[in-house]
Formats: sequence, structure tokens, C-alpha cells
Amino acid sequence: MASQDIIARSATTTAPSSIRQQEEVAKLIDTTKCIGCKACQVACSEWNELRDEVGHNHGTYDNPQDLSAETWTLMRFTEHETSEGNLEWLIRKDGCMHCADPGCLKACPSPGAIIKHANGIVDFNQDHCIGCGYCITGCPFNIPRISQKDHKAYKCTLCSDRVSVGLEPACVKTCPTGAIVFGTKQDMKEHAAERIVDLKSRGFDNAGLYDPDGVGGTHVMYVLHHADTPRIYAGLPDQPIISPLVGLWKGVTKPLALLAMGAAVLAGFFHYVRVGPQRVEEDEHPSPPDASVHVVDPAVHVYDPNRPGGQGEERP
Amino acid sequence: MTNHWTDIANANLILVMGGNAAEAHPCGFKWVTEAKAHNKARLIVVDPRFTRTASVADYYAPIRTGSDIAFMGGLINFLLSNDKIQHEYVRNYTDVSFIVKAGFSFEDGLFSGYDAAKRSYTDKSGWGYEIGEDGFAKVDPTLQDPRCVYQLMKQHYSRYTLELASQICGMPADSMRKIWEEIATCSQPGKTMTILYALGWTQHSIGSQIIRSAAMVQLLLGNVGMPGGGVNALRGHSNIQGLTDLGLLSNLLPGYLTLPADAEQDYNAYIAKRAPKALRPGQLSYWQNYGKFHVSLMKAWYGANATVENNWGYDYLPKLDIPGYDVLKMFDMMAKDQVNGYFCQGFNPIAALPDKNRVTAALSKLKWLVVMDPLATETSEFWRNAGPFNDVETASIQTEVIRLPTTCFAEEDGSLVNSSRWLQWHWKGAEGPGQARTDVRIMSELFLRLRERYQRDGGAWAESILKLNWPYKVPEEPTPEEIAKEFSGYAVADVTDASGALVKAGQQLAGFAQLKDDGSTASGCWIFSGSWTEQGNQMARRDNADPYGMKQNLGWAWAWPMNRRILYNRASADPQGKPWAPNKRLVWWNGKAWGGTDVPDFKVDAAPESGMNPFIMNPEGVARFFALDKMAEGPFPEHYEPFETPIGINPLHPNNKQATSNPAGRVFDSVWDSLGQAKDFPYAATSYRLTEHFHFWTKHCPINAVTQPEQFVEIGEALAKEKGIAAGDRVRVSCKRGHIEAVAVVTKRIRPLQVNNQTVHQIGIPLHWGFTGVTRHGYLTNTLVPFLGDGNTQTPESKSFLVNVEKI
Repeated sequence: MASQDIIARSATTTAPSSIRQQEEVAKLIDTTKCIGCKACQVACSEWNELRDEVGHNHGTYDNPQDLSAETWTLMRFTEHETSEGNLEWLIRKDGCMHCADPGCLKACPSPGAIIKHANGIVDFNQDHCIGCGYCITGCPFNIPRISQKDHKAYKCTLCSDRVSVGLEPACVKTCPTGAIVFGTKQDMKEHAAERIVDLKSRGFDNAGLYDPDGVGGTHVMYVLHHADTPRIYAGLPDQPIISPLVGLWKGVTKPLALLAMGAAVLAGFFHYVRVGPQRVEEDEHPSPPDASVHVVDPAVHVYDPNRPGGQGEERP
Repeated sequence: MTNHWTDIANANLILVMGGNAAEAHPCGFKWVTEAKAHNKARLIVVDPRFTRTASVADYYAPIRTGSDIAFMGGLINFLLSNDKIQHEYVRNYTDVSFIVKAGFSFEDGLFSGYDAAKRSYTDKSGWGYEIGEDGFAKVDPTLQDPRCVYQLMKQHYSRYTLELASQICGMPADSMRKIWEEIATCSQPGKTMTILYALGWTQHSIGSQIIRSAAMVQLLLGNVGMPGGGVNALRGHSNIQGLTDLGLLSNLLPGYLTLPADAEQDYNAYIAKRAPKALRPGQLSYWQNYGKFHVSLMKAWYGANATVENNWGYDYLPKLDIPGYDVLKMFDMMAKDQVNGYFCQGFNPIAALPDKNRVTAALSKLKWLVVMDPLATETSEFWRNAGPFNDVETASIQTEVIRLPTTCFAEEDGSLVNSSRWLQWHWKGAEGPGQARTDVRIMSELFLRLRERYQRDGGAWAESILKLNWPYKVPEEPTPEEIAKEFSGYAVADVTDASGALVKAGQQLAGFAQLKDDGSTASGCWIFSGSWTEQGNQMARRDNADPYGMKQNLGWAWAWPMNRRILYNRASADPQGKPWAPNKRLVWWNGKAWGGTDVPDFKVDAAPESGMNPFIMNPEGVARFFALDKMAEGPFPEHYEPFETPIGINPLHPNNKQATSNPAGRVFDSVWDSLGQAKDFPYAATSYRLTEHFHFWTKHCPINAVTQPEQFVEIGEALAKEKGIAAGDRVRVSCKRGHIEAVAVVTKRIRPLQVNNQTVHQIGIPLHWGFTGVTRHGYLTNTLVPFLGDGNTQTPESKSFLVNVEKI
């Protein structure tokens, strides 16, 4: 996708471009229409050229057992008995929710490793990924996985490559029952509303849309028969929020760390002024003393164009 | 399918029973979700397991495997005694008023004419209508005659009470009643139910009769020939309908023509027997045209060599000395050293046939085995010791195995006939790998070499081979186009059809109405006639226009017969020719002709006043509740237990051992000893496919293998607790014939059932694993299946057998 479409980058403070207008998209997964055929899993593997290991059966229909760097989506099956004693087999396609307020992006310390597009897609750029795993901590849905091969983080891209040329994601294209649909977020909400009317007419009084506020809404949404208890769908969070650790990092820890780092810079500066540069052998390169490059963690580099004299250069 | 895939969207109620449409037909299942979305349809699933289909159903009820006739018989009783039938339909379009011969009787589980020693009904003379002096069947329109079909049917199913049906099926009575009540609402003319089934009904020793019982329900509801109705077999391979159409069974010729028996040396008698006169005044009895279809087939096969002097090549045809050489029979003969060699084309018998150990022993008796397949099948390696999964002594097997790699469907052009009877042309997506050749190429070269040998050396009955017509431009590999045109048919000489239209010699025919029995036409399969006309390849059409909004899509591919999408669609209109309901309009009489949203499956100019009835293939013109002598077990479906029954008796006939299981089921003498009993093998097992795999093919594909990597069996929580089995444990499932080992999936979705006042546990056994491919290797599930089958189709009883299960 064109860089003009990127509206947020991890660990980056430069303002996003804002020339191109794009409508927000969404994938709607209707768990009440899903038959758990796993065609979406297969389509995902085919389109993205992913080949997970041939695993084992561990006593359930879920295979592979969990998401991995080679499995970006999978069906999670739950046998659920209602309070009336009726059995339900709840099947949920798990994968990245593409949050409007992505915890992964917030937590990521590497500039541009996680980006958010104007259409709402949250994408990982493995070229910039340092494999720290903070995105996993930041994700309220436990989605990203670190590859054991290249130590980079991977997850569903919402087929951003397909979407950018006007195609629907591969899983949507393959879904035989129309349980996965794709379009503008507004259209998907309207479609969901129709489905919920139908479900209520069939006795599912708590049918509803899963588009949780705690992460600013998502660009992957679910229609649930029991929207009052998302957790029964293999642990879908009732009210997902970004991990307090990320908040802590951004709120308290970060200024403290900044302070510590700043103090280190100052100490270094005074040391340089008082003691002078370290003498080194000729074949050693002197480490550049530029504080703005070395001392400040890019993740916490704050640029405020309205504040002349702020870090970085003033813009005309 | 009497109806077709897209037509499912017209249903108001969908009953999935004897199948798992979401699992095995996820793409076609789309039309169920369409019916739910646009038609407010309800979906009911009846199955031993709470399946993937059940997961999206409005209502689910469990049933014991093999007890479906008790459910349907009870439903028939319920509909009749609560007057929930479509009266005008039933009265006019079915045989309810026909009088049955006095010789017909039913006593304690057996119909008249049973020969216990031969385990078959050798005297079916009573299974017919009373025929009047005018040559027509006698009827009583008042339905009061105690021997009319209506009264006999009512009496037959009066025994199937809710309580008894519930006891046999193990389905709670309140669930059963709830389902019956909902089905009964479809007797209203504006409401239709479709029934979707698959091998969950066919693979029983009473499979054909289960399906018949469903057809009877649909007739009582007036749902046959209706949009969103019908009895719909969801076929298990992309082209198995096409194979059936072209003569799958060993006693069939293409287009459901039949091979003669040894006793039928007289050609005219052979034709006359198959071309019955109408049994009621004014009826079409379309099989009267049998001779035209047959002679045209012979002209396609033998060309100029089929002449009136040699009865159009009738003498070249083989005559059967026994009713049929079905696959069970062939392997029974193989085991007895009566077969030297076997050609195995697109077939993996040690995986697909019942009782793998028996099949392996039979294959080991062969001198040679040829396997034509795109994949390295287990059958082609049946001699290889694969540890516990195929523990054979290789040195003791002397069979020479020749493997001929073929292309697969995606590597060739041609047509596939889907469940909807649509012939859909397809184009190859890739060239075949390595030395793979098309099946047509291999068979053609074999034929040419055989012909050469017969020409040179002579041999028994050489004419049958030497006289064959082989007009293809490249004899070694006839093209799909050439073969398709031959199936559809062409004029051998100039012919003029009934409408006066001239078809010149060499031109393609417009359809089977132009076929002649004087040798002037040729058609390799009369029901495909019209699929490739002078206008071109009709199967390649891809126009999905739907002008009436009735989902018939007449411009999409081509459906047999004559592009008619719903069979017997004349029955969608009342006797006056008007649709039964405005929302169910299909064909109607416009004052001059029949027409509408579908192509009429009827004589297009037969006015309603003519009294011609919709079921034109039957000489009586109406549908049959009473099957005459057409079925092996009797004219009315009766519940019989699976041959391996978990309850030991038939609750309908507890004191008659002959009527415990199907008295006319297909059981070879050598098989009885291989059957187990409930005291040793207490659990009822059923086998099935999963959506992640296709049969034994996709275990060769890495991505499919990832999604379902390892063999498992499904066990209910209650039984697992009793046996100390936890999810993920390895278990051994054994029966009298052998055992398999697999991972246990412990589930709430299989519940213990109360059957005949005892608890019956069921075990589910998927079948996709084997000792070849890229999944984790496993046992062939059919090791456990008994080597016996339905008395009509010889289909094995893969869905009901007894096992024991233990934690390893």
C-alpha cells in the first residue's frame, strides 16, 4: 500500500500524510453462519504462501493447535451447553482484529515495524521488526507470533496487498457460506444489524455485534449469537483493553526511562566537557557524541511541531 | 437430486438427515444459508452426532445409526393420522387409489413370497396392482377399498407409534414430535421442505428403503416436483452422478438402460419387457421409447456394424448369468480364486471397500492388478508392510502390481455431472505431471491393442470387440469433445422428427425426442442427448440469469434430461395446470402449452384435461408409495436392524429372528462368521468424512494435512468417563474383523441414547487416513466395516457396525 495511506507508524513521531482519503474497511465474521470448514485457513496459507507443520490431534477439531508465524488464522471450536441444556458448537475464526487503537502498534519500540493504514488495516513490516515481542504484550487478543526461523513477528495482514488493489481478503473470497464478508466498516455494521434481527427472530435474544470500544472498535468484527458473553467463544475478551503494561510503558515508565536516559546523556555531556573525549587507538572509530541519535530511545522521541525549539528541527 | 443446488434456496424447511451437508458439501451448503437469509427457512438436523451442520441448525435431535426408517415410518403414521397431507396432490399424483393384488401380505416382518433358505423374496407375484379386463390397473378413488395402497400403507405404518419410533431411534419422544409437527406444516401448498441426504442413508443394509421412506413423506406433503422440495442425494464425488448416469452398476448400460440376462436371448422380448404400456388411460409411460434409446446406443457403439439383421448389435452385448457383478461380488469371487486380474481405475478398494483385511486377502490371490490413479494409493501398495497400519507378509504376496499414473480432473477438459444433474464443461488448469496420461488415452490404447490381438489370433466372442465403432481422429486418444458429441447424439441418416424438422446425416441431434429405433440415429447416453447440439456445447454455458427469480438458471451449463432442472415439475401445478401457490411457480399450462420458470418435465402440449399425470416414467403416471416388485425387501419400507445391532432384536418383531435385520440384505455365506455381537462389541459405530479432507485423496496435500493431521475417533463424554478416556488419549477400537488405533476426541456432541430401554453409546470414526500420503499415517477405517450390503444396490453397511473401545 502506498505510504500516503499510512496514518500511524510505531515509534514514530513524524506526522502522517493526510492527502489521500480512504474509507475504513472491515471484515465481518458471522459466527452464526460459520460451519468451521477451515477453507479460510487454507486460503490464507495459499495466498500468503504459509506452510505450517503437520501436527498432531490433541483431542479436538482445532488444527493447528494455535496461531503461529505460519498460521495467521484458525478456527477455534467450543462445545457449549446453554442454561436450557441445549448444546451449541461455537466456532470462531481467530486472527488479528485490526483494532482502531492497536495495542501492538502502541507497544512496538521499532520505528515503522507496525503501521496502520487509513483504511484501518494494521500491518507488520518485518524489515523493521526487532523481534522483541512487545506487540504480543500489547495485543489484547493474543494474536502476534514470533517466528522461530527469523525471529520476526507475524500476523494476519487483512490481505493488505489484495485490498490495496481492490480485492477482498483471501479468506473472504473462499468462504463457502458467506460467513465472512468484507466492505466498508459502515456497510458491515449495517449487514450485521440485519443478521442480528434474523438471529433474534430465531430465539437468540442476545445476538449482537462485537466491535469493542476498549480498542476503539475493530476492523474485524464478529456477529455473535451470545454477544453478552463473548468469552464463551474460546476466550474472546468480553471487554478488551490494551495491556496496562503498555500504558505503564507509555505513562510512568517511559518518562522515568527518559529521565534516566536524559541523565545519562547529561552525565556523558559533563563528563565530555570536564574530562574530554576518550583517547582511542587509531583503528577504532570514535562513537559519535550526538545525543539525539544515541541517547533518546526513538520509541519515546516526541516531536511537537508547535513548539519551536523542541527536539528536532523546526519546520517552516 | 430430484431438485438441484440453487433450488435449495426456495425451501421453507430444510431437513438434513443421513448426511452432513455443511461438512461434506460446504460449497453447496451456501444455498441452505441463502434459504435461511432470504426465505426465513428453518434448518433441522437429525444425526447420531451433533455435526458441523447441526452447529448452524435451528433444531437438532440425535438418532441411533441405522434407525431412520423407524423415524420416517413414524412420521408417515403421524401425517396420516393427523391429516397433515396435501390431499389434492396425493389423490391425483400418487398411487393411493390403486388396488393391490390379493397375494400381497405382510406378517411379522416378512412380506409375502419369502424364501428363507435363499434369503430373498423369490416369489414377488403378489407385489403388484390388480389389473382389470381393460388392461389397466384397478383403482378406488374413494380410497375405501381395504386393499387400496392408501389403506395398506395406513395399516402398515400404524405400528410405528411415537413411543415405538422413539424407542427404536433413541430420540427423545418430545424432540421427535417437535420435528414431526414442524415437518407437517409443509403439507400446505405454499410451503416446501427439502431433504438433503448422502451416504448416511445409502450405506446401510436398508439404505435404499430409508431413501424410499423419505420419498413417501415428501409425496404425502406434496413436495416432489416442487421448488424447494424433493429428495436430494448430495453426491460424494464431483462426477459420481455422471458415473451413475453412464452405467455404474454392473447390470446397467448408459442412461439407466439395463443389460439383458442370460435368459433374454430374444431381442424383441428384451425391449418389450422394458417398454411397458400405460397402466392407466392417457398416461405417457415414457419408457415405451426404450427401443429408441437402446438402438441409438448400439449405433453409437457399433456404428454401421449394428444392423437390423443382427438386432442392432444385441448379440454383441454380454448377457448376465447372475443378477450382477457388483464390487462385493467381485471381491468375494477374488477370494475364492475365481478372478485372475483386476483393473482398478480411480478406485482405492482396500481403503474404500468394507473389511480391509478381507479385501487384502482377496487382492493377494490375484495374478495381476492394474491401478490407474493420479495418486500412489494404498491399493497399489497393498503388498507393502507398513507396520501396524498394513501388517502384511510381503513375501507371501505374489500379485504383480502395475501402476499407471493418470491425470486428475483438473488436468483435462471435459464435463462433470454434479448432484444437480448439471453437465458442466470444464477446462484443464494444468498439464499432468511426468508420465501421467488421461484415462481415455490409457483405455483407448488398451482397446486398440486388444483389438489387434483379436484380429490376429481370434478368440471367444471376438465380434464384440472387432465390430466396435472407433471413428475418432486420433484413435489413441479420442478428444473429450468427440466423446461428448457422441453421448449427445447425431443423425446417422437424414431424419425428420415429430415436429417435421429435418436433421441431416452427421448433424447433432437436438435431444432424445429425435431418437429413432430404425438405426438412423446414434446416442451414447440418451439422457445426455441435447447436451451438444448443432448450436454447440450446451454444457459450456455460463449464463446465470434468473428472469423469474426462481433460482432455476436455465442458461447455466445443461441439466439432464433436456435441461429440466426439477424432475416431475408438472406436479408443481394442480390438476388444472395452475401453480399450487404463487410463491412456488415452476411450470404451468398457458392454454396451449406447458412452460414457465423451468423446462417442463412433461409432454409439452398435453392439456390438463387430457388427464396425463406428472410421473411420466411410470406406466401408471403417478408416484408410487407401493414399490411393486422393484425393491429387494418389499413394497413398503420396514425398519430392520443393522446386521450388527447393539440391541440384538428388532423391537418391531422381537420374536422373529428372520426379521431382525434385512431379510433380503446382501450377505455372502463366508461373511456371517465375521459379524460380532453386542456382548463382545457393545458400541454402535458409524464412519464418515471430514470437511478438511476429500476421501483418501487430500491426505497427499500438505495444507489439508495441516488442518487435520492425525487419525481420531469421537467418543461421547459419558462413555469416555466410564472407560477412563481423556481427550487426546490413544484408544484402540476393535471389532470382530480387526482393530484400529487413534486419538480420542471426547465430546459433548455424542450423547448416550436410550434404545429399547437400554443405553446405547455411539462412536464416530472418520476415514481419511492410511499408510500413504503426508498426514500422519494411520489405519484404514474400513478395517472395521462388515463386508455386506444393501440388497438392491450392494452398497456396504459402512454407517452401522459394532465395536469395542479401550484406552491403550
